[in-house]
Amino acid sequence: MPFNLLKYGLSSDYPVEVDLPAPKELKSSYDVVIIGGGGHGLAIAYYLAKYHGITNVAVLEKSYLGSGNTARNTAVIRSNYLTSEGVRFYAESVNMFQNLSNEFDFNIMYSERGQLTLAHTDATVRAFRQRAEVNKHFGGRTEMIDRQQIRELVPSLNLDPGHLPVLAGLWHMDGATARHDAVAWGYAKQAAKRGVEIHQLTDVQDLVIENGAITAVKTNRGTIKCGCAVQAIAGHSSLMMAKAGIRSPIQTFPLQAMVTQPFKPFLDPLVSSSALHCYVQQTSRGEVVFGGGSDPYPLYNSRSTLDLKESLLAHAIEMFPFLANAKLMRQWAGITDMTPDYSPIMGLSPVENYYLDAGWGTWGFKATPICGKTMAELIASGGKVPDLIKPFALERFSRFQQVNEMGATAASH
Amino acid sequence: MKIMNCPLNGPRNISEFTYGGELKAMPDSATCSDIEWADYVFNSDNAAGVVTEWWMHTPSSYWFLAERHTVTDQIIRTFDPKEVFNQRVDFHANSTALKGVTA
Repeated sequence: MPFNLLKYGLSSDYPVEVDLPAPKELKSSYDVVIIGGGGHGLAIAYYLAKYHGITNVAVLEKSYLGSGNTARNTAVIRSNYLTSEGVRFYAESVNMFQNLSNEFDFNIMYSERGQLTLAHTDATVRAFRQRAEVNKHFGGRTEMIDRQQIRELVPSLNLDPGHLPVLAGLWHMDGATARHDAVAWGYAKQAAKRGVEIHQLTDVQDLVIENGAITAVKTNRGTIKCGCAVQAIAGHSSLMMAKAGIRSPIQTFPLQAMVTQPFKPFLDPLVSSSALHCYVQQTSRGEVVFGGGSDPYPLYNSRSTLDLKESLLAHAIEMFPFLANAKLMRQWAGITDMTPDYSPIMGLSPVENYYLDAGWGTWGFKATPICGKTMAELIASGGKVPDLIKPFALERFSRFQQVNEMGATAASH
Repeated sequence: MKIMNCPLNGPRNISEFTYGGELKAMPDSATCSDIEWADYVFNSDNAAGVVTEWWMHTPSSYWFLAERHTVTDQIIRTFDPKEVFNQRVDFHANSTALKGVTA
């Protein structure tokens, strides 16, 4: 091996594997323009190329790949939602995640640790029973567990935090985590390999709509024509929708998260409690990630506030008292597009050939594969909405047919 | 700590306040279409810039209006709603009082 290394060190044609080709000039026209180069946008591009042979596709990203919420979420993968529509959709996503590393030939560090949600009230216990049954019905692995079982799963957890003793847990064995940046990079690499063009530092500033249909997008690098376009820009969905003249029910809130210094492995499952507004997990590097509820009022700014940190950490320390001595290493915030029913907005828009992948609030990362696959199907068919995402149409808000997942979020927002 | 100036109670910590949504005109529920009502209930401008919105000082349950920049988080002005609602609002009989409300 050292000889090989020496040989390549002296040779000028070291076999470098290039994941992304060097940037090119924009073409004047594409069949599909994808606005947003995060996990979702890149997944749509990949599945368009893989399953539908559509490769005249441009992914336009205003910053660098995965620079938005793809790299800011707390990387939780789970399907233990409340409604049939939600569980069916997210369960398919969990299935797809399990094989992604092989599919990409790129390690996304998928790690199936299980996710434990804590109930502190009788009402939550009742809701958990329903969630366990719905999840099992759609092939997921979820069950109710008692205090003794929780103690065995997570010995370091304080089961009697202050005024809110833990009554029971919802144990979701399919719960997992993965390296979120790697998911975006894997999709980017495989999409680029199939001929999709990925343009970073390309900001879509306006949309050209003629006779109710999209015909082009205006970017900081010139105007490009498109057969159709899809927006996948978590954090600014409603602003782009406004450019297309579409009213939206989205309200945009920051969500703050933070991470401690690394510890020896002590916490295997992902643990969350909506009563304590807190979810906790230990990464494969040993750091403990804390996520909580969104900020109390809307804002397009990822600034940090002391109020939220104090309340989040107070609850985290109630759950894991020994973390009181831990040092925080980093904190950050993501901008989340919250919908009134805590479900996404996917599918057709009032503008012809303009598709929506929006309103992903705090639940977008876990849906990346299935969202990419179903949106690609929608685009390739010219607007035939796949059954799996029909319930998430924008019109559900004018028909009063919401898909209520508010009770199934990891922390109340 | 971020301070908000309550028109009734003076400057207080922002944690004492509850956000109440954008100031928007209410259509007449008796005559408007379902689509108009749904738009009023669910949709919002969600603008990035200066917006006018409802806030409440929670301990005193006092509702007021604030102009706030949703990118910089700067609170520009807070004021009593009587600046906007300066005539009696009739919620029935084809009221137009609320339709004139704009930010």
